[in-house]
Amino acid sequence: MQNWFPENVSTFGADVDGIFWLIFYITTVWFFLTEGLILYFVFRYRRRPGCKAVYAAGDTWRQLAWVLVPMAIIVALDVLIDVRGADVWAKVKLQRPPTDIIVRATGKQFNWEFTYPGPDGKFGTDDDLTTDNELHIPVGKPIHVVLTSKDVIHSFFLPHFRLKQDAMPGREIPVWFEATKPGEYEIPCAELCGFGHSGMNGRLFVQTADDYGRWVAEKWPEKRPTDGDRQSETKSRRSRG
Amino acid sequence: MNDIAQKNHAHGNPRNFWRLYVFSTDHKVIAKQYLGLALFWALLGGFTAYLIRWQIAHPDTEAWGWGFIEPGVYNALVTMHGTIMVFFVAMPLLLAVFGNFLIPLMIGARDMAFPRLNMLSVWIFALASIVLITSFFVPGGAPAAGWTGYPPLSAKNEYTGGGYGVDLWLVALALEFASFLLGGVNFLTTAMNLRAPGMTWLRLPVLVWMQLIAAVVFMLSVGPIIAGAVLLLMDRNLGTTFYAPAGGGDPLLWQHLFWFFGHPEVYVILLPGFGIILEVLAVFARKPVFAYRPIIYASMVAGLLSFIVWAHHQYLSGMDPRLAMPFSITTIIISVPFGLVVLSIIATLWGSSMSFQTPMLFALGSLGVFIFGGLTGIFNGSAPVDIYIHDTYFVVAHFHYTLISNVFFAGFAGLYYWFPKMFGRMMNEALGKIHFWLTFIFFNAVFGPMHLVGVGGMMRRISNPTQYDFLKPVEPLNMFITLMAILLLVSQLAFVINFLWSLLAGKVATANPWRSNTLEWTTSSPPPHENFAATPVVHRGAYEYSVPHAQDDWLPQDFDSDKASKAALP
Amino acid sequence: MVTNARTMDGSLEPAGKAGTWWFLSSEIPTFGGLLVSYIVLRLGGSGWAEASSHLNLNIALANTFLLLTSSMTIVMAHAAVQENDHKRAAKFLALTVLLGLSFLIMKALEYGVEIRHGFLPGSGIFWSFYYGMTGLHALHVFAGIIVNLVLCIQAARGSLAPNGHRIELAGLYWHFVDIVWIFLFPLLYLA
Repeated sequence: MQNWFPENVSTFGADVDGIFWLIFYITTVWFFLTEGLILYFVFRYRRRPGCKAVYAAGDTWRQLAWVLVPMAIIVALDVLIDVRGADVWAKVKLQRPPTDIIVRATGKQFNWEFTYPGPDGKFGTDDDLTTDNELHIPVGKPIHVVLTSKDVIHSFFLPHFRLKQDAMPGREIPVWFEATKPGEYEIPCAELCGFGHSGMNGRLFVQTADDYGRWVAEKWPEKRPTDGDRQSETKSRRSRG
Repeated sequence: MNDIAQKNHAHGNPRNFWRLYVFSTDHKVIAKQYLGLALFWALLGGFTAYLIRWQIAHPDTEAWGWGFIEPGVYNALVTMHGTIMVFFVAMPLLLAVFGNFLIPLMIGARDMAFPRLNMLSVWIFALASIVLITSFFVPGGAPAAGWTGYPPLSAKNEYTGGGYGVDLWLVALALEFASFLLGGVNFLTTAMNLRAPGMTWLRLPVLVWMQLIAAVVFMLSVGPIIAGAVLLLMDRNLGTTFYAPAGGGDPLLWQHLFWFFGHPEVYVILLPGFGIILEVLAVFARKPVFAYRPIIYASMVAGLLSFIVWAHHQYLSGMDPRLAMPFSITTIIISVPFGLVVLSIIATLWGSSMSFQTPMLFALGSLGVFIFGGLTGIFNGSAPVDIYIHDTYFVVAHFHYTLISNVFFAGFAGLYYWFPKMFGRMMNEALGKIHFWLTFIFFNAVFGPMHLVGVGGMMRRISNPTQYDFLKPVEPLNMFITLMAILLLVSQLAFVINFLWSLLAGKVATANPWRSNTLEWTTSSPPPHENFAATPVVHRGAYEYSVPHAQDDWLPQDFDSDKASKAALP
Repeated sequence: MVTNARTMDGSLEPAGKAGTWWFLSSEIPTFGGLLVSYIVLRLGGSGWAEASSHLNLNIALANTFLLLTSSMTIVMAHAAVQENDHKRAAKFLALTVLLGLSFLIMKALEYGVEIRHGFLPGSGIFWSFYYGMTGLHALHVFAGIIVNLVLCIQAARGSLAPNGHRIELAGLYWHFVDIVWIFLFPLLYLA
């Protein structure tokens, strides 16, 4: 079954998968126990001449124990799943490691718009850059994405990162992730958003530090990212790049 | 005593066709009317499933018997498939058919407490059906915002490209809710007031308990979605802004209102299915239901808990992420009562003496399939895992395992089992067994691999998976699933043929072909209009099978052992 | 025709009472859901108090008085029917209907004033809730008026006789409608 998962390139992907596998092993054991028991009973207690059923109504504590004890075990295992799960949920959804790479992702019918703050690091300034469907990030650094929508509910889904978050109009919802290797990945929309929902698909370019630096230099040629001063010739651009 | 009361209840003996079959207040006729409607919708719902699967496996080709499926039409198909199956098949089949037919019979009454209200309920349901069908034919077509109808997509026509479809959908649902509300009032009042002498609460068959608990859960949970639907209708037609952020509203409001109802709703569907399974298992295993009282209490607890788990459908919705863990915990807790019920069902099989006629096969099949579905529920209930599998085919596979096990496997078990009582004839056993095995095999062939499709990341409600590179690996799975789905649908012909043929020419049924203890089997097949020649008097619970030292392996609820032994005295 | 079935303990309990209570138990979460949604959204939003200040408190007070009085008159109708005085019951039912109608007329006039001042259902989230909740409530008042009117006519004609308990059931529903208003009034007008 492992092979069916898309390749994991996310720092927390293994944590998410870890809970999946924990649940998988526990439920597989229960599956074989219960279904196996049913199959065994079906064979062992099929009707045979001269064999009468046992009048066991489960109305004594001794008989009920056969049900209550497994239930207690189930509860204990459920608690284990929840406790382990809580840590992973907190890591992915309740905190964000500090970073200077922040991008705004706006869902709309039927594509993603990614807005970069540019070298000044602030949104709403002249050096912002908005592209359709192209998210460029460097490998090995945490990335913050702030999600919103222009119209209906969309969902930002990075299968290879085990990340998903609904994007809502009227809200700004932050997510974070960090890539472990460079590559090109897809960003499908995972919430029904209209007749163009199928095919609404962004592209995530995870680049090495060098390639990323080259991309930044190409998009903001006049500005060197390390400069603190602002240059008045910088202007915002819309590009299909 | 009860005889006098029930004679007050007599409503003459209608002889003309219209009063007998169309405008009838007889709960048995009403149950059959619901059955006809539910079977019609099941066929239509199955056809939508065929088209959906065709498009997924062979995108942008012409489906046999239909043609090309555009993306907007595809969205309407998935919307209508879900809506039809949940509200127009599952609810009428499990609650209205079996509840209406069986509750008065099983408690020893002549009819429901409010027969005319009962007739009104089925007519409102018929009206809801007409309204929903109409949505296919209005400009803009059927609603296409998913069976969950999330705004803003559902709130503005320019987002879906639709017209009146969503409005008709909302009205149809509101009518359906009204119909089942009235039905619930009827079921509960009937059980409270019209039980035969000796039929104490704890002698009631489990099925009756399950119907009552389901009725209470439904009636307490449906209010918020009715409110939500009214608000959505207002947003769509009166310019209000309940769900529109620009006007100060919140799309999440709909989600909370919907799922506050939506989660209890799945237990409303589930519990009657469990009731059917338990009745059939007890009879064909010749054993009492194991842990009868704990099962009832556990089901009540589960019904109660179902009101505090709803936001596990909304972990990723944008609601405060800190709410995820509390709802994960409540979701875990609810597995406790259900675990008790399922384990008790298995324990009922221990030490039994099973015979495997069609109703029993479907009951066992339902149990086996449900266990699998219940286990995959644990994946979905875990918030971190849900980050990945939310809105993928893993969820789809999960709820088809839990829903189909209940609606179709348990529903078929009930139909094969009570067909003799309803129609006075036996269904064909060989054809029934063929139907079971084909259904069981093809069902698992469709929805088993679907878990892998979900794990592969395929999102829900997309009409063309080939548009995504990362979904290439699941293409062969999708094609296999579609083929199996077509075979699954075709296999249902075995049931349709059996049902229709048996109605006309099946072997005439005796009063109690299954040697069951419950009261409906003490009267003729089918029962007369007044159900019983004389009001039954109940002496014991419903599950006295294989009582030690008894002459037979069954002991009907109304059998007067005192009278019998006195009669045997010289 | 009345389903006067005997319950297990032999008491003669009209089935309609249980039925009415179950029906009301489903109405409570309906209005409850709306009220909770209103409260949650309002606590998290802004501008609601300002919008609410445009409502006419005097009309609402008058309406509250009308509804509360009508709850009293229907109780008196029930008392009358218990003493077998169907003519008196009819009179009190007629009063209840009149008070209910007055409530609706005042409400309609109130809507008119608000609409003329430009406060429409789409004028903002507070107005959406205002029109939505009072509108749904008004529909329920209207349904209650119909029921009370039918019973009134039956009582006046003397055809109510075996079903006098129906006034109690109608009263239960009418009190419920009243109680919903008791919640709506402070949440919309006083908060």
